[in-house]
Amino acid sequence: MNSSVIIFPGSNCDRDMDVALKKFGFKNKMVWHEDTKLPKSDLVVLPGGFSYGDYLRCGSMASKSKIIKSVIDFAKSGGLLMGICNGFQILTETELLPGVLLRNKFSEFICKNVFVKINNNENKYFKKITKQTLKLHIAHNEGNYFCTKNQMKEIEDNNQIALFYCNKKGEVKDEYNPNGSSKNIAGIFNKEKNILGMMPHPERMIDEYLSGEDGSLFFENLLNNLK
Amino acid sequence: MVNEKIAIEHGLKKQEYSKICDLLKRTPNITELGIFSAMWNEHCSYKSSKIHLKNLPTKNNKVIQGPGENAGIIDIEDNDAIVFKIESHNHPSFIEPYQGAATGVGGIMRDVFTMGARPIANLNSIHFGSPEHKKTRNLLRGVVRGIGGYGNCMGIPTIAGQTNFDESYNGNILVNAMTLGLVKKNKIFYSKAAGLNKPVIYVGSKTGRDGIHGASMASAVFDEKIEEKKPTVQVGDPFTEKLLLEACLELMSGDSIIAIQDMGAAGLTSSSIEMASKGKLGIELDLNKVPCRETKMTPYEIMLSESQERMLIVLENGKEELAKKIFDKWNLDFAIIGKTTDSKKIELFFDKKKVADIPIDTLVENSPIYDRKWKKAKLPKKNKIKKEKFKNLKIVNVLNKILANPNVCSKKWIWQQYDHTVMGDTIQKPGGDAGVVRIHGTSKAVAASVDSSAVYCWAHPLSGGKQIVCESWRNLIAVGAKPIAITNCLNFGSPENDENMGEFVECVQGLGEASAYLDFPVVSGNVSFYNQTKDIGIKPTPTIGGVGLIKNYKNMVTMDLKQNENILLVIGKTEGHLEQSLFSRDILSEKNGPPPEINLFNEKNNGETVLKLIDKNFIKAAHDVSLGGIITALSKMCIKGKKGALLNKPKYLIDKFEYLFGEDQGRYIVEIEKTNYDNVIEILEKNSVHYDELGIVNDNDLIIDEKSKVSIDDLNKSHNIWLNNFMSK
Repeated sequence: MNSSVIIFPGSNCDRDMDVALKKFGFKNKMVWHEDTKLPKSDLVVLPGGFSYGDYLRCGSMASKSKIIKSVIDFAKSGGLLMGICNGFQILTETELLPGVLLRNKFSEFICKNVFVKINNNENKYFKKITKQTLKLHIAHNEGNYFCTKNQMKEIEDNNQIALFYCNKKGEVKDEYNPNGSSKNIAGIFNKEKNILGMMPHPERMIDEYLSGEDGSLFFENLLNNLK
Repeated sequence: MVNEKIAIEHGLKKQEYSKICDLLKRTPNITELGIFSAMWNEHCSYKSSKIHLKNLPTKNNKVIQGPGENAGIIDIEDNDAIVFKIESHNHPSFIEPYQGAATGVGGIMRDVFTMGARPIANLNSIHFGSPEHKKTRNLLRGVVRGIGGYGNCMGIPTIAGQTNFDESYNGNILVNAMTLGLVKKNKIFYSKAAGLNKPVIYVGSKTGRDGIHGASMASAVFDEKIEEKKPTVQVGDPFTEKLLLEACLELMSGDSIIAIQDMGAAGLTSSSIEMASKGKLGIELDLNKVPCRETKMTPYEIMLSESQERMLIVLENGKEELAKKIFDKWNLDFAIIGKTTDSKKIELFFDKKKVADIPIDTLVENSPIYDRKWKKAKLPKKNKIKKEKFKNLKIVNVLNKILANPNVCSKKWIWQQYDHTVMGDTIQKPGGDAGVVRIHGTSKAVAASVDSSAVYCWAHPLSGGKQIVCESWRNLIAVGAKPIAITNCLNFGSPENDENMGEFVECVQGLGEASAYLDFPVVSGNVSFYNQTKDIGIKPTPTIGGVGLIKNYKNMVTMDLKQNENILLVIGKTEGHLEQSLFSRDILSEKNGPPPEINLFNEKNNGETVLKLIDKNFIKAAHDVSLGGIITALSKMCIKGKKGALLNKPKYLIDKFEYLFGEDQGRYIVEIEKTNYDNVIEILEKNSVHYDELGIVNDNDLIIDEKSKVSIDDLNKSHNIWLNNFMSK
């Protein structure tokens, strides 16, 4: 399977994502933000970091970058597009995903392990995954998901919520919400479920020495679903 | 016109000004005076510390580069090397905590990647005034945000740190930042210029009016006019630094660079002069070519600006186009601003006129060096604490109080704001004895720790200086790393006060003795004097950053208790030294007496033996015993492992409080399996290492004696509550 990771100036999880994708068998290519064409890809990833310094708004400048047009075309034609952390912010800024990511509730950067519950398995990302609650890692300042009432209704009607913050047992409650996100949302899909944006970093959980392997589970499963 | 009065306003002394006039054989102009003041201030010239620092051990068979470069370098085998250094940003952080701390982190990372290394870990040691002081909370919040704001954006994990509170920092906080970088041994870059007529290149951000006289500001005591110093604080832009990092590393992968130096303290002045001085060359700059952010900047301002995220490069001829392309790609300024010459002078031109003409050696070799008066500190008299003072105390109450002490409690509120997992190689997070990161794609890992013990240094500088090196050494060993070398950040009051100077001299002496004995040399560092408001200086606070190597990261040790019924040993002898312990100072309010004695032989022997045990895979958990003694160390192991422990009665006659809370040095608590007990004891005895059987690992409760039992949940609460409460007020 071929994957592409877009590098924006200020991206800083691009290498980690490259390492993870290759570890699980993707043939990955790094794509510079000033390129205009994507290489042939089965998966495109917008990595975490601080694209363009997060100036103006997180993800906003990246959503106007040169490469983004072909990323949008790729996704609109059904290609799998995943945005992690800053990548998720870029996806909402391009309006490929609804809503926005606001500053964390206590306006502090949070770096810690969290549990997330998978809400929808009818998609390439989570189909056949062997666990419904994953231990992943978050590291962000703006992960507080917010959208209008109408948008939320649409998201729910279309079953677009991908992940909820929860506890070890998979219980979704306020007290397990690290950043004030509406309804504990940690990740969402577009209507067609080929675009996934999420705050947690699966690429940081890919070996037992890095506090967990649920990221491995995610990537292995994704690769199998693409085969 | 320049005169003595203006020179004094620049922080120069009367006799220093006349020396300048003598050296130049004329009166300097204002730009030249600015350059002298920048090069001759304490921060850049080390004029009060130089003669003492030269006695520090700086070499062992792993050291590739000792002090004198942008950072120190050690060999970690297979053509890999670690570049590391710690640096202070104390004065600016007090004036403007966010920017002060942020640019401190930015500056130290630049020192490391200037040498060709990609930063792989950040650490920091921060000291604040008493929690009751009105400024403390906001300073802490600002500093933590600043450190996080910069390091997180750069995508470099912050893997360990230290936070202390003490009233002596009420008017002068300390912010010391450390960075480790990874470089190939054959791709190290230095700051020594070579060759004539080589282009001198300016890259990075534009030059603005921020930070002018920053280094001079850091070379003076604070007074009531401190607010006016805000413009001397630099403003950081981590995004530009990230671009600068990538662009520099891209250029460094080729062979275009002769010398490279970041523009840190004293900006363009010190970077250009240092490169020329090291290469025994001259340098000529056309200041009209310097990219400026603001209009009508004068040569004086351009030379003294401390705008961040800038580098100066001496390039090979003919590589200009190639280099420019790289910096264009990363959207950074690139300008050829001058060339190397054989004049051995710095010559500056502006609007086609020569605006400065100074022989380099007058700025560097002829800079003033002082052998300041200093007072030797006496070892405080033993102040045997009377047992009546504590015989009625309840152990569990004391323990809970100590775990909640600001200097012992969990600092999770802080390190959770730092990205500590980016780069995907952090295998020991903050909160342990040392942070550990893997060398990407290999089985190796490096451990790093930052430590200071200002109370011990204040009570007796010589012992304190030794202790702090030993503690750093222990912290590395406790995670299974072989200690290699240290970097030091020496934070003191005014060198013009003979007591403060004495503290400096003797701390450095102690530090040197311990590092020589342990073969744990100093490879880089920085001195920060004048941490003083009016007449009151801080407690002497040398901060040590230690680095060690773990050859196979799978053998790394953590402190969390692992398995019920495993045996707990204390390695090293417990004498029950209570003076200057946290117990005496905070529970008994007893502040006199000597700090614990340092026995370097035992320190080395105990440490090396623990490493042997770790190499044989006998150690399941380990933790060094420091602040708060055995029971505090054990409690942290319990909390981390969510396990309890059942303690034995101490074998020899010693008071319970002395046994549990004494702060004797050279000790570790280790967890071993019963089946390995005989093997472990044999190794300990063969190496003449003293050990005590502390107890066994247990479920849920810490049982100290028949009267003292506490649940791990309760200990955890005590340990975690203080900082969260403090910061949510």
